[in-house]
Amino acid sequence: MPTEYYLFLSFALFCIGVMGVLMRRNAIIILMCIELMLNAVNLLMVTFSKMHHNADAQIFVFFIMVVAAAEVSVGLSIIVLMYRKVRSIDVNILNRLKN
Amino acid sequence: MNAIVVSALLGVLMMFSGLFFRKSKQIQALALVAFTGLLASTLYDKFLVSGSEQSFFGMIHLDSYSAWFNVLITACGLMYVLLFHKNIAEVGKNDAEYFALLFFILCGAYLLSSFSNLLIMFLGIEILSIPQYILAGSDKENIKSNEASLKYFLMGAFSTGILLMGITLLYGASGSFDIMSDKFTLQFVSLESMSSLSFSGIMLLIVAFGFKVSAAPMHFWTPDVYDGTPTAFTPFMATIVKVSVFLAFIKLFHFSFGNINETWQMTIAVMIILTLLIGNITAVYQQSVKRMMAYSSIAQAGFMLFAIYAFNTTSWKGLLLYSVVYTLASFGVFAAIIKMKDQTYEGFNGLAKRQPVLAATTAICLLSLAGIPLTGGFFAKYFLLSATVEQGHMIGIVIFAVLMAAISAYYYFKVIMSMYFKDGDAELIATPSSFENVLYIINAAILILLGLLPGLLLL
Repeated sequence: MPTEYYLFLSFALFCIGVMGVLMRRNAIIILMCIELMLNAVNLLMVTFSKMHHNADAQIFVFFIMVVAAAEVSVGLSIIVLMYRKVRSIDVNILNRLKN
Repeated sequence: MNAIVVSALLGVLMMFSGLFFRKSKQIQALALVAFTGLLASTLYDKFLVSGSEQSFFGMIHLDSYSAWFNVLITACGLMYVLLFHKNIAEVGKNDAEYFALLFFILCGAYLLSSFSNLLIMFLGIEILSIPQYILAGSDKENIKSNEASLKYFLMGAFSTGILLMGITLLYGASGSFDIMSDKFTLQFVSLESMSSLSFSGIMLLIVAFGFKVSAAPMHFWTPDVYDGTPTAFTPFMATIVKVSVFLAFIKLFHFSFGNINETWQMTIAVMIILTLLIGNITAVYQQSVKRMMAYSSIAQAGFMLFAIYAFNTTSWKGLLLYSVVYTLASFGVFAAIIKMKDQTYEGFNGLAKRQPVLAATTAICLLSLAGIPLTGGFFAKYFLLSATVEQGHMIGIVIFAVLMAAISAYYYFKVIMSMYFKDGDAELIATPSSFENVLYIINAAILILLGLLPGLLLL
């Protein structure tokens, strides 16, 4: 398959992720959209790695996975903290509470 | 590179110290000793390791400038711990972990100051950011702290995604992550050699860095996060972390993308204008001094962006001076804020009569932030603006920045007015001890010394 197919697929995934972060209000869905963005980057990394005949980017992908796991573990615990306090994971509720 | 290993090990040591030490006093003392040790290791890197050093398979390249930057931010970190160690321990039960996270943040800062590979840059930014999400939410009972943490996390993770996309596109265009390698640099020799992939990669990197340094239009998370974070951690997040990211920013853009500066300078110029405008104008309307400092940190980031904009050696010197001066001045102001019961302007009324030393040093720090001559802030701003004048074109932006500095003087002087010329009894949570008073005086004395002899820092 030509490389362009992979490029378009990962750009599409990345854009879906960005739109999700900007439009959804549920904290967990925003987290999932961020993961989608990172996975789109992973796909693109592997594609470019194949294109350049160079394995550097494939090693980079492992680092992205590890960092994403660390980030999610911190992020989910923050969301749980939030949920215990206000019984909701809607990010809009934060602005309402402030006023 | 010793500092990178030492900071990570000291972080682990601090984490385990919570098991062995029962008293908070012991943990604080250990943290102070550990910070001094870290300062020693950065000094070792700077003065005893000859020349620039490459390590970790050429992924880390510590030159003389970065080594000196490490020394300075660690010295500022030591100052921070000396000033705030009691407040850090009072935030919650897990005081050993808070200090450990500070060490991990510094480890990320060292990686950012000495990377020569985009992988290390990415890891540095993440090691710098993830502990901050935890510190922002460390006051678990406070809804504002929770909000700050969640907001910071979501925005930070989002900008990480954008940063990674930028790195990937640069890799796609060049085929290498090593910013010193020929493969990478050949891509950015001239405008003709550049592909559209690398152009969009550079733009995405600007957006991602803009998020991390809170430059407009990516600044909207900053006021809520800095305001909601426990006051003990805000000065660290607003200063040391921010200037480390700025060093990575200037390193990447001046070393790698220097030859094609026409492509990104315009974007940076627009960011500078927006950041200065939004930061300064909204800071005028704030009621709380802590929130005003959050907006002022946006405005100061606008000034630091001049270092990226001006492509010459003066801007590197200016960034170094600005980092230290801004960091110390912010510490001075936050040291006063954290003592106040009421953090609005009214709360500061009559502070000069009750605590003359604290009021005087805070006034000096505020004058330095505003950039008044005889304080370090003046020369910091002068260096960055003169770097832009050296550049030759776009002098209008310099005039605009000077006007904005004049506006910033208004809200900094409002605090000085409350402290000195208004009657009231400024209520304090705790009166500063004589040791703390000495620290405030040392902090202010350094600012005045740098205002008289700015060359001291520029080794």
